[in-house]
Amino acid sequence: MFDKILIANRGEIACRVIKTARKMGIKTVAVYSDADAAALHVEMADEAVRLGPPPAAESYLLGDAIVQACLKTGAQAVHPGYGFLSEREWFASALAKENIAFIGPPPKAIAAMGDKIESKKLAQAAGVSVVPGFIGEINDTEHAVRIANEIGYPVMMKASAGGGGKGMRLAWSERDVRDGFQSTRNEGKASFGDDRVFIEKFVEQPRHIEIQLIGDQHGNTVYLNERDCSIQRRHQKVVEEAPSPFVTPEMRKAMGEQAVALANGVGYFSAGTVEFIAGADRSFYFLEMNTRLQVEHPVTECITGLDLVECMIRVAAGEPLGFTQKDVKLDGWAIETRVYAEDPYRGFLPSIGRLSRCAPPAEGDGVRVDTGVVEGAEISMFYDPMIAKLITHGATRAEAIEKQTIALDRYLVRGVGNNIDFVSAVMQHPRFQAGEQVTTAFIAEEYPDGFHGAPATPETIQGLVAAAAVINAVDTERAQLIDGQLNGYGAQYGEDWVVQLGGENHAVSVLAAGDSYDVALGGVTLRLTTEWRVGEPLFEARLEDEDGNRRTVVIAIDRLAAGFRLTTRGASHIARVLTPRSAALAAYMIPKIAPDMSRYLLCPMPGLVMALGVKAGDKVEAGQALATVEAMKMENILRAEKSGTIKEVRASVGESLAVDAVILEFEV
Amino acid sequence: MLQTLVELERRREAARMGGGQVRIDAQHKKGRLTARERLDILLDPGSFEELDMYVEHNCVEFGMEATKIPGDGVVTGSGTINGRLVYVFSQDFTVFGGSLSERHAQKICKIMDNAMKVGAPVIGLNDSGGARIQEGVASLGGYAEVFQRNVLASGVIPQISLIMGPCAGGAVYSPAMTDFIFMVKDSSYMFVTGPDVVKTVTNEVVTQDELGGAITHTTKSGVADLACEDDVDALLRTRAFFDFLPLNNRVGVPYRPSSDDPERLEMSLDTLVPASAAKPYDMHELIRKVADEGEFFEIQPAHAANIIVGFARVEGSTVGIVANQPTVLAGCLDIAASKKAGRFVRFCDAFNIPIVTFVDVPGFLPGTAQEHNGIIKNGAKLLFAYAEATVPKITVITRKAYGGAYDVMASKHLRGDLNYAWPTAEIAVMGAKGAVEIIFRSDIGDKEAIAERTKEYEARFANPFVAASMGFIDEVIMPHSTRRRIAVGLRKLRTKKLENPWKKHDNIPL
Repeated sequence: MFDKILIANRGEIACRVIKTARKMGIKTVAVYSDADAAALHVEMADEAVRLGPPPAAESYLLGDAIVQACLKTGAQAVHPGYGFLSEREWFASALAKENIAFIGPPPKAIAAMGDKIESKKLAQAAGVSVVPGFIGEINDTEHAVRIANEIGYPVMMKASAGGGGKGMRLAWSERDVRDGFQSTRNEGKASFGDDRVFIEKFVEQPRHIEIQLIGDQHGNTVYLNERDCSIQRRHQKVVEEAPSPFVTPEMRKAMGEQAVALANGVGYFSAGTVEFIAGADRSFYFLEMNTRLQVEHPVTECITGLDLVECMIRVAAGEPLGFTQKDVKLDGWAIETRVYAEDPYRGFLPSIGRLSRCAPPAEGDGVRVDTGVVEGAEISMFYDPMIAKLITHGATRAEAIEKQTIALDRYLVRGVGNNIDFVSAVMQHPRFQAGEQVTTAFIAEEYPDGFHGAPATPETIQGLVAAAAVINAVDTERAQLIDGQLNGYGAQYGEDWVVQLGGENHAVSVLAAGDSYDVALGGVTLRLTTEWRVGEPLFEARLEDEDGNRRTVVIAIDRLAAGFRLTTRGASHIARVLTPRSAALAAYMIPKIAPDMSRYLLCPMPGLVMALGVKAGDKVEAGQALATVEAMKMENILRAEKSGTIKEVRASVGESLAVDAVILEFEV
Repeated sequence: MLQTLVELERRREAARMGGGQVRIDAQHKKGRLTARERLDILLDPGSFEELDMYVEHNCVEFGMEATKIPGDGVVTGSGTINGRLVYVFSQDFTVFGGSLSERHAQKICKIMDNAMKVGAPVIGLNDSGGARIQEGVASLGGYAEVFQRNVLASGVIPQISLIMGPCAGGAVYSPAMTDFIFMVKDSSYMFVTGPDVVKTVTNEVVTQDELGGAITHTTKSGVADLACEDDVDALLRTRAFFDFLPLNNRVGVPYRPSSDDPERLEMSLDTLVPASAAKPYDMHELIRKVADEGEFFEIQPAHAANIIVGFARVEGSTVGIVANQPTVLAGCLDIAASKKAGRFVRFCDAFNIPIVTFVDVPGFLPGTAQEHNGIIKNGAKLLFAYAEATVPKITVITRKAYGGAYDVMASKHLRGDLNYAWPTAEIAVMGAKGAVEIIFRSDIGDKEAIAERTKEYEARFANPFVAASMGFIDEVIMPHSTRRRIAVGLRKLRTKKLENPWKKHDNIPL
């Protein structure tokens, strides 16, 4: 076994690998860029080596520098994590040259599977079912049209070297192929330096289901069941689970065996994932093989009880697997949500900045948090904006979902926008909960107009009202403890209060009953028990109704000037608690109409103004590009929503703008 | 019931109706509450004790003798907020438009006199069309009587003004001399001369709101301290605000128990100051992580935002916070910031509220606009305020403390009691680049030499240890222990005794 390994990665996956290495008694070496000098993975490792400035191309992608770091520190093996150098054959080979083990598959397997066309041919040869399509070079648009017509529509055009949703285009007709082929090619060229494109049948109502494999260097390969990663947004996975609610035991076996056949065909060992696309009729087709540890591997670990990183390290050290296919467990259900620093309320734009608050839920009892950041860390524009992966494991799917929802309620992230509300909304969505009809189009179909917070159920509203009433009761009670009182006591309030929640008034009465509160609202009385103290950001309580039914509510509290923002179950609610008299008087207040900002072009995310396409006095048409703002290395073109005349341009090229900064103003 | 008691009830009832249902309805229609309704929200339920309910005006001109309404346009008395005594007046717009008569002024003066005698704060709810013109100079005299009392009460009892309707002409000067002004958005305005006069005299066309609305005064002029959403919001926030204030200048700050651990460590503060000196960070995060329960009542948040002032509590007791804000104008001091913070520091000192200062200041803002408008004398206001303050003063330098601004920001030399610095602090005459260009002027053409010298200068001065070696910094502290350091420091300073030389009063550069 190795004494010391180097982790050629950053963030949560680097931390994840370090944890297992520690458990195995192996020393660890971290590498870092300047942006990560104080990052968690650097803190956790026994040693750390600086690679270079923040951009990945100048740090985490410098294979030679990493090899040098191994030589310098005496690391005997390298775990590449995912992304960066994990699927670069040359990197694995470069390590091999220096006698450093690559904790991953053999270089030739990486090479074989890295090319989408090549891998498909290999899959076909291994007896794996592949999507009907054309494997080979496509010369020009005419050729593409002919192929597409043969396959039958819809078809997908994909850049051969593409990935992560880039360089993909769907065609429903010959016209779409004519329109899109060349641009797919250009995108492939621009993004990946490879203009080869392939065309295949587009599977309707598709599910993304993948098989996790693990193999050793002695010819043993087993499949560790499937993961369902159908919840995707623009081809980026958002929620993953194992097993899949769609897969039957027969289907699992068939997929698993095909995946193993493919791996054996290329002499594969270590962890790998064979991705399939499954149609509504439970037909499935090979998509690609990922020759690395996947982001979503923890769900497989939960249901199999295996530590995949440990397996990978042992395999790299030449140990045999030590178990066979029949030993592989399928224990309960596991779900992972990816907590990202992106704002679902603003079209999922990436959000960068300092995590002024970051408190994950406690681990244990079926909750696991894989994270690479702590409170105070910076989500920078240089890397993936992932904050954490939240994994829950339960006996059933319903239990895993419920644990997710509560754990998400407990997850406090402030300072940067994040998608916690959104993934919580997905967890609560009836279609997701039913499981069967979760396709890769789920998000596009269910949130066609974007995300505006999870709809609150009557039960959620009831919980919020009761919580607000008790928060106010505790608050008010404490306020009466101020010294210097005239009569030796404070304000005398009755039991009756009015909770204003999202524009609705709810009459409640609150009565302290020992350690609990009896809250009467809407004709029922709930007993609420909580340990909450004024100032704590999370309000957690047990609610018991008159029939003895219990439930837990977890609510994040952000204090406002007068009142609070209460966040739970995927949405925020503004709450204020008043005496009945004050509430009656508040009815005279005139609701404020939000100022009309439509005559301004606002900066939708923090970023740098790269270009301004217009000047004062210009007439613009709807859809015309007005400005380009760079954020997270992405150039975002801001377009006119309607035609009009520019009154004034307020921003200038090169200026750094905050969210909602005015870029320009239109004539009214 | 005895006839006399019935008569009392009848008179009370009549007085409570103010200007009558029609006018009450009109007030409600504008989204405003009546004078008494406002007190219902402001004060503890049932605590209001009214005085002078039957006072009527004494005007006999222009037929005024025929219309008398008990109370004469202002409701006065006292009550409690969370049990603590407060004197209040609330102008009643439904009675003669809330206009100020001689008797109306007398009522205000009476409760101010009472408040002064017992040492309790005064909260004034302003909603008045101005002087009672029919009374002429008697009304003006009434204003001046109030002004005189505002001045005598200043520094003795806290005075808070809520502007909940019109407040124009001479009427503005009473709130102007109180300690804090809260305005209600869209329904209140303050100006010396209104839009009509402005148009006649200067030809400027301006709306009431643009001229003197809540937004104008809390962003541009800095006249008001807070812009509230509506009457209810303003009154609730005033209650919360009141809990921070001492009752008078003798009793010291209020204490309210808190379960927040004074030893609480905030590890994330260790990374608050970014690696790059050019990168700003939000000073609010430090304030909230130091304060009890993360609670901070900010004053003038939208005016001169390059400096942050407001109240927080540490171990349950009020402290005044002053902090440079690196995200706005890099946190430099300018005229507006100096005036804003200077006034705040003087309020704290007057009422024995300890001052905690967080420093990250690159210097004073340069430019003709600043110099020509008197940054010299205005900047001196903050310097003066800190220097004369005898309350406990704890200062934490987080990053830059350059030049004269270092001296100003509650430095050791201005009798700072505890002057801490984070390891990231740089206490120097100026930034390294500027310093090198002066010291090594002859090398300016030589980029390499300048870079080399800059590095040298940074190594020598871009740290807190030079200042610490001179005793100007008492200790270099871990950022994560800032709350604990401040809590312990304040505890030790509770018995601080320091007096300035006797004088009639000082001569702060106004």
